[in-house]
Amino acid sequence: MDYLTILQILDSALRLATPLLFACLAGLFSERAGIFDIGLEGKMLMAAFFSAATAYSTGSVWLGLLAGIAGSLVLSGIHGLASITFRGNQLISGVAINFLASGLTVLIGLSWFKLGGQTPALQGDARFQGLDLPFAEALSGVPVFGPLYSEVLSGHTILVYVALLCVPLTWYVLFRTRFGLRLRAVGENPAAVDTAGISVVGLRYAAVAICGVLCGLAGAYLATGLGASFVKEMTAGRGYIALAALIFAKWRPWYALYATFLFGLLEAISNRYPSLDLGFVTLPSQFMQALPYILTVVILAGFVGKATPPRAGGEPYVKER
Amino acid sequence: MSTAPAIELKGISKAFGPVQANKDISIRVMPGTIHGIIGENGAGKSTLMSILYGFYKADKGDIYISGEKVSIPDSQAAIAAGIGMVFQHFKLVENFTVLENVILGAEDGALLAPSLRKARKDLAALAAEYELNVNPDALIQDIGVGMQQRVEILKALYRHADILILDEPTGVLTPAEADQLFRILHRLKDEGKTIILITHKLREIMEATDTVSVMRRGEMTATVKTSETSPEHLAELMVGRKVLLRVDKEPAKPGALVLEVENLRVVDAAGVERVKGISLEVRAGEILGIAGVAGNGQSELLEVLGGMENGTGSIRVNGEELDLTGKHSDARSRRKRGIAHVPEDRQREGLIMDFKAWENTAFGYDDDDAYQSGLLMNNVAIREDAEGKIERFDVRPANCDLEAKSFSGGNQQKIVLAREIERDPDLLLVGQPTRGVDIGAIEFIHQQIVALRDKGKAILLVSVELEEILSLSDRIAVIFDGHLMGERLPAETDEKELGLMMAGMTGEDT
Repeated sequence: MDYLTILQILDSALRLATPLLFACLAGLFSERAGIFDIGLEGKMLMAAFFSAATAYSTGSVWLGLLAGIAGSLVLSGIHGLASITFRGNQLISGVAINFLASGLTVLIGLSWFKLGGQTPALQGDARFQGLDLPFAEALSGVPVFGPLYSEVLSGHTILVYVALLCVPLTWYVLFRTRFGLRLRAVGENPAAVDTAGISVVGLRYAAVAICGVLCGLAGAYLATGLGASFVKEMTAGRGYIALAALIFAKWRPWYALYATFLFGLLEAISNRYPSLDLGFVTLPSQFMQALPYILTVVILAGFVGKATPPRAGGEPYVKER
Repeated sequence: MSTAPAIELKGISKAFGPVQANKDISIRVMPGTIHGIIGENGAGKSTLMSILYGFYKADKGDIYISGEKVSIPDSQAAIAAGIGMVFQHFKLVENFTVLENVILGAEDGALLAPSLRKARKDLAALAAEYELNVNPDALIQDIGVGMQQRVEILKALYRHADILILDEPTGVLTPAEADQLFRILHRLKDEGKTIILITHKLREIMEATDTVSVMRRGEMTATVKTSETSPEHLAELMVGRKVLLRVDKEPAKPGALVLEVENLRVVDAAGVERVKGISLEVRAGEILGIAGVAGNGQSELLEVLGGMENGTGSIRVNGEELDLTGKHSDARSRRKRGIAHVPEDRQREGLIMDFKAWENTAFGYDDDDAYQSGLLMNNVAIREDAEGKIERFDVRPANCDLEAKSFSGGNQQKIVLAREIERDPDLLLVGQPTRGVDIGAIEFIHQQIVALRDKGKAILLVSVELEEILSLSDRIAVIFDGHLMGERLPAETDEKELGLMMAGMTGEDT
C-alpha cells in the first residue's frame, strides 16, 4: 500500500464520516439533555429525501438544504411532543419515526417522481460541489504534508467543513456557555433545573430542535453532497452507527469526531478493498461491508469500557411534588 | 408586634382529586426566627411548602411576603420573592462542581466564565459570613451528604434568599452533622434570615425552633412557642391521641447463641469492599442494634444474611454453617433455615407495589404447603391467612384487596412485618423498620419487635435512627466504613458517644 492509496482512503473516510459526525453530534445534544433519540436514522432519511427533491425541483442545493432541515425538524417536533410534552416512551417514539420516514420518503418519492422511490439525479448547482482550500495546488508539491493537505483536507463540499467546525462549536456551547450548563444539567437531574426556576420542557425542546437541524445537515449531505440523488433507505443504518459512536465517544464532542472517523475509515477500507487478501486468508466482501456494523455491535455490547450515559436519559420529567 | 410577618399564609387550601392535602391553613412566620412545622407523613407539610415554592398552585388562599400580597406561580417567582428551599432529596447535579451547581439558573450572562468568577468570590464571602465552607471545585458526587446540604443552602443564599425552607434536613446526617447544621441555622437567624424547618423529629423541634406549628391531616392544629410546649404535648397534637415515646420493655433474657458471624467480608458489584471483616453474635431473646450512617456497610451485612448478596467468612445459625456463595445462598434457603428478613427498602425489596396486599403477605413463602392446592395456588387459603394478618397487625385500611402502593408507609411496613414475624422465625433481620413511618405506627412496630424478642427469638436491627437503636436494642454495635467500631450497652452510652463512633472515632478516643 503506497502513500497515495492511504491518502485516498483517508480522504474517503473523511467524506463517509461526515454524515455520521453530524448525526452523532445531533444525538449528543439530544441525549445530553436527557432525550434518547433512536430516530436519528429516520430524521436523516427524511432530510435526505426532501433536500434531494427540493434541490432537483428548484435547482438550488441551498433551498434543498433548508427543505431537508425542515423535514428533519418536523420529525424532531413529533419526537419532542411525544417524549417531552406527553411523556411517552422515547424509544417507541424514535422507532415510530424511523418507520414513518422509511415509508413516507418512498411513498412521496413514487408519487412525485415515479422512479421507484428515487429522486432524479442531481447536477450542477443542485449538488454541493467540492471546495479547493487555499494553496491546495501550491502546497501539493511539499513532501508528505503537501499531498495530505491537498488530497485529504482540500476538495470536500462545504458541509464536510461545517461538520468539522461543529465539533469545537459543540464543545464550546456545552462547556462554556450558560445554555450548555443548563442543557447538561437537565440531562443529569431535571429536578435541579426545575427548582432553579428554569423550564425543563423549554430546554429539552431546544435540544431536540438542535438535534433536528444537525440530522437535517446529515441527511442533506448524504443526498446532495456524498451522493447525487435520494435512494430508498439510503441512510443504511447510519443513524444507529452514529448512536454507537456516541456511546463510544462517551457523549463528548471531540471523542465523537474520533469515533465517527473510525467508522468512516472502516467504511472507506471496505469500499476500497471489496475483499481483502491478508495472505493466509481472504476476507470476503460480505465481511468487509459488514465491518462498521460489526464494530457497532461490539461497541454496543460494552467492550469499550464503562460509558455512563446522562443520568436522567430516557426518563420523562414529572414534577415530584 | 409592629413588624410584618416574613411570611403570612391566609386560608390556603389544596386538593388532589378527592384528597384534601391542605385545608384552610393560615400561618404567620415572624422575621428572624426559626419556625418549625411538624406533622406525620401525609399531614400536608410538604404540600404547603411546595405551594410556597411555586411547585403547586393553591386552590384558595393568599400568600403575603413581608406584608405584601404576592402570587407565586413558579419557582422563579419564589426565588424572586426571596424564598430558598432545601429539599429533602437534594436537587444537585452529581457530576457538576459545587460552583456549577450554585450558579445553575442564576448565571449572569450567556457565557459561563464571568459567572463562575463572580460566584467564586461570592461563595468565599458567604463562607466567611456564615461559616459555610465548601471546596467550590469539588464534584458533588465526591462530597458527603452534609457538604451537599451546605451547597443547597449556599445555592439559596447566592440567590439572596431571606427566607429559607428546609424539608426534613437531618434525615441523612450524622448527629454531629445535624448539630453543625443547627449551628449554621442559628447563625443565619442571627443575621436576620427567617427559617422554616419541616421535620417529624420532635427532638429537633425542641432544640432548634422558636415557634412550632403542628399539622394533622391537612389542617394546622396548633401554633405554639417552643419554650411553652413539650415533646409529649407535640406528639399528642400530631397524632391526635396520647403516644408512648419510649419503648416499654423488660430487660432481655438472652438464651442460646442463634447467630454467629465471623470475619464477614462483602464486595459489591463495583468491586468495592463494603463489609471488611465483621464478627458479631446474637442470642435468642435479645435485640442487637447496628447503628451507623447509611452507606457504611450495614445494608450489605443485612443482604448477605438475608441471602441477597454473596460474601466470604462464616455465618452460623443455630450452630449450622450458612452457604454464602453457592446455590443455597439464596433468600429462599435462608427462610428455610428460620431467618426472616424485613428489608431496608420495603418498597423495592419488601413488597411488590402493584400487587394486592393479600398477595404480598405470601411472597417468599408461596411454596408453603398450606398455600397449595394441587398444581395451583390456593388463593382462598392465602386470602384467609392475609385477612388474619391484617387484623392482628392492625393494617389500615383493613382491605386486603388494595394494592400495596395504596397503603401509607407505616401500613406497608406492617404488611411486611406480619408476613415475616408470623412465620415464627428463629432470627429476624430488620432494616430501617420505621423509615418514613408515622409516630403512631412506630409505636406499634416497636411493640411487635419487642414482643418477638420476648418470645425468645434473636433479632438483628439495623437503623440509621439513633433514638430507635437506643430505645429498642439490648446491645448496640456501631458500624463505620465496613468495620464494627465497638459495642455498647444502651444504658451505658448516649447519642453523643454513638455519634462519634458513627463518624469513625473509636470509643476509646472520646
